[in-house]
Order: sequence, then C-alpha cells, then structure tokens
Amino acid sequence: MTNSDPILTLDGVAKNFGGLRVVEDLSFSVRRGSCTGLIGPNGAGKTTVFNLITGVYPIDAGRILLDGVDVSRIPSRRRIHHGIARNFQNIRLMPHLSALENVLVGQHCRNSGLRGVLQPVNLVPGNRWREAARAALADAGLAHYERATVRNLPYGVQKRIELVRALMAKPRLLLLDEPAAGLNPAETDALRERLAATCGAHGITLLLVEHDMHFVGALCEQVVVLNFGRKIAQGTPGQIREDALVREAYLGLEAAPAEQRHAS
Amino acid sequence: MSGYVEGVLVLLAINIVFAYGAFLPIAAGQLNLGVAGFAAIGGYVSAYLSNNAAISALAAIPLGALAAAIVALAVAVPVLRTRGIYLALATFALGEIVRASILNLEVVGGAAGYPVAAFIRFPVIAAFAGGVVVFVALLFATRFGIAITAVHDDERVADLMGLNVRAFQVAAFVLGSALAGIGGGLYAHHFNYVEAQYFGISLSISIVLYVLFGGTQSVLGPLFGAGVFTLLPEVLRGSAQWRYVLFAAVVIVVMMVRPQGLITGAQVRRLLGLVRDRGRSPLRDGDSKEQTA
Repeated sequence: MTNSDPILTLDGVAKNFGGLRVVEDLSFSVRRGSCTGLIGPNGAGKTTVFNLITGVYPIDAGRILLDGVDVSRIPSRRRIHHGIARNFQNIRLMPHLSALENVLVGQHCRNSGLRGVLQPVNLVPGNRWREAARAALADAGLAHYERATVRNLPYGVQKRIELVRALMAKPRLLLLDEPAAGLNPAETDALRERLAATCGAHGITLLLVEHDMHFVGALCEQVVVLNFGRKIAQGTPGQIREDALVREAYLGLEAAPAEQRHAS
Repeated sequence: MSGYVEGVLVLLAINIVFAYGAFLPIAAGQLNLGVAGFAAIGGYVSAYLSNNAAISALAAIPLGALAAAIVALAVAVPVLRTRGIYLALATFALGEIVRASILNLEVVGGAAGYPVAAFIRFPVIAAFAGGVVVFVALLFATRFGIAITAVHDDERVADLMGLNVRAFQVAAFVLGSALAGIGGGLYAHHFNYVEAQYFGISLSISIVLYVLFGGTQSVLGPLFGAGVFTLLPEVLRGSAQWRYVLFAAVVIVVMMVRPQGLITGAQVRRLLGLVRDRGRSPLRDGDSKEQTA
C-alpha cells in the first residue's frame, strides 16, 4: 500500500430505515492526510454516514474500506482500535465524569486488556496515562477544567473537551460532526487553526460534517455534497460553490449570509 | 464494648458489605434486586463448608463468595440482556428462585433454617468490611471505575470509545454478587444460624436503598447510606414505636432534597481539590454550579 492510496473509501454504501432510504449508493474516497467536508441540507444523511463508518448501524449494501481493509463487518467497539474516532453532533460527554476522566475514556482503546483496565489512573498522581490526558487538556487550554463536572461547563468548553477525548485515541481518521456549530466566529477561527495544526502534526485525516461554508472552504480540499441520501456533487470547495445543483439544493439559500457574516 | 453496641456495629459492617454488593452493578447502570439471593448463596455455601468440610470460617466465607460469583456469571448473560424495569424484575425473580430453592434443600435444613457451628467475632467482620471498602475504592481509582461510570452514562458512546460495554456490566454484576456473598457468609458465621426467609426481597430493597440514599456515583456513597440506614433507627430508638415513622420521614425528605444521593463524585472532587491545591481554584467556578443544578 502506498501513501497515495485513499485512507477511506465508501463503495456503493446504502442504508434503509424501514422503507426509508437514508443513504443510497454512496461512493467517495478520502485522501490520506487531507480534510474532506460532507455537506448538505438537514436530513440529507450526513450524520448517518458517520454512524455507518463508525458502525453504529450496519450497512445494507456496499463496502467501507479503511486503508484497503473492509471494516463494515467489524463491531462498532473495535473500529476505534482500527483508528476511527469521532465526536457527536449533540455533545455526548459522560455527565458523571470530570473533564479529565472523560479524556481518560478516550485512551481506552490504546490501554485496554486487563492491565489497561486496572491502570491506576485516579490513584497514582504521576501515572503516565493520567499525565498524558492532563497534558492534552492543558494543550487545548483547558487545564483548569480538569476536575470540573462536565455537564456544568459552557457549551464551547464541552465541545473542546470532546475533541480532546477523540484525539486521545490517536486516530488515523477523525470524524467531526458539526465541530463549529454553536461557536462564535473567534472560537470558530481558533478551532480551525487548532484542527489544521493538530491534524497536520499527527497525520490525521479529517472528515467533517459542517454547515459553515467559510469553515469548510478554509479547511477542506474536497467537499462531498449529499441530498436525500445521494451524492449530488463532489469537488474542491470552489467547484462546489459554482455547482448549480448544489446551489439549488443547499447553498443558494445559506451560502450568502454565511459569507457575509465572516466578511464583517 | 457493650453487647448492644457490638451488635449494632456488626450489622453496620455486614450492611456495608451488602451495600457494595449492590453498588457495583448500580454504578454500571444496572439495578440488581436479587442481591439478597447472592447473599444467601454466599451464606449457605460458606456455612455448609465450615460445618461439613472441616475448613475455617475465614476460608469458607471467600469460597461462599466464589460460589455466588459463579452463579452470577452463569446467569449474567441472559439476565443482563434485559433493561430497566425488566432487569429489576429478572433479578428479583432470580433472588426468589434462590430463596425458594434453599427452602426445599433438606441438606441445609430447608424451611427450618440451618445452624452454623463456627463463630466469628466483630473484629473479623470489621476487617472484612474494611477490606471490601478498600477493594472497591482502589478498583474505582483505576480505569475500571471510569469505564463503569462511562457505561452507566452513555452505553453507545462508551462502545464507540472501544469499551466492551457488556463485559464491564457482567464484571460489575459478578463482582457485586461476590461481595454480597461475603456479606452473607459474615452474617451466617456471626449469628450461627441462617434461614431462607431472611434473604427475601425486603433485604434486597433495603440494600439497594442504602446505595440510592448514599449516592450511586461515588465509592463513599454506599458507606454513608449503610451507615445512615443502620444507625439512624438506633439513634431514634428513644421514641419507641415512632422511630420507623421518623426514619421513613427523614429518608423521604433527603431523597426529595438530594435525589442524586448524599455523596456525589463532584462533591468528592471538590473536597479533594480543596485539600490538594488550596489557593488554586479556578475549577470551583464550574463545580460550584453543581449545587444549583
């Protein structure tokens, strides 16, 4: 396998919920080390695609290849061991755990087995896993939230903790579902810079669902557009902006205000 | 120590052991209403061994716990497939099956109860209870404790984070059942007599109440819950037959004011934070909101 082979390939993937076709014959590839945006109107099936890649739902047809290996039959629990980590559209941190403990959960796939499970992360102050989690939080500017119970923290802070948790798994492929939603422009810019720096430094491939076209345009080299579960366009952000079909289905109404908001 | 005080402390120590037996599955999000059944297995097996197999009570009690754990492991897979109220009913039924089986086992006296020859005194029971508290506290300071809470909070996300949700649930259920078995063995060897009726649903419910009252998400919760439930009726003894009414009223008021239990993880972290880094306190801004939440 060479470095130019795609890290992720969806090949004819389909998913039905009862009689409803949520994803239909979807095929696209993601280049290693790149950032790909998945856009489309609400209900287009973007989050479902994430759920199929991470194994929340089994696929009904097609293949999902990670580095050439079909992962679509691998149980959801094992996929993070293969290097697929994600966040969630509605933040899903563990409410009864502290910020640090949430981040420690992200390490589980690298420190499992009986030895990992009995790792005294909350007992020995200098435990290396604990220190690694603390360092990751500090690196994200979240050091003083370490012991805070997460459900009491501001939305933006929770989102950042969730991102740190996903990164703790040291993924090859990171799926981010609307990472910029609910953030103000300054936070969005900070997130973009942090993602670009982190993914660049660790060679992480990024696949993100996002409505903020400015954010997508600045970060992604490739955009895949979904509508009613089908791919209606694929190309660079520039090509997508000019695509008549995409404008009609999605961007026509939303692109202009988004651009203006960031220009001002 | 007077006989009365010793008697209360023995019950306290045994109740603490029972409480941790219920705490482990509850911390993983699973209500075990059959905890008394596993206590019965531990009590009867250890009693039978110390009566007939010429081994000391100290060796028989862990073996009774092992028997409870083996039964728990055997039933865990089908029982833990159920959820919520169905899991509660399934574990309740399990406890009743154990009790009904013992009632019909003539080898351990059936309905007449089973006398136990060996005797253990309070210091031994206290040592067992202390050991159980330390064991669970240490266990919850490892990744296991975090994983159990993660499974409790969000099974789906725990699974996607690579945790084997079912394995953690089974482990919590089996370990909890073993602890309940230890409690049963201690009870049998202190009171020198066990009967099936003692290990009924009312014991299971009492034990679960210790945990709900004390707090389900902190290892100190069961300790406080068992303490309050054992000691408060004694403190209220002055008012004779009204003491259980008063006791019930106190329990209801506390559950209304603090439905999350007396002790929460955030509270413990706050206390630890106060001790560990006095003067450096930005996190308390976030944590103090707990009170209003």
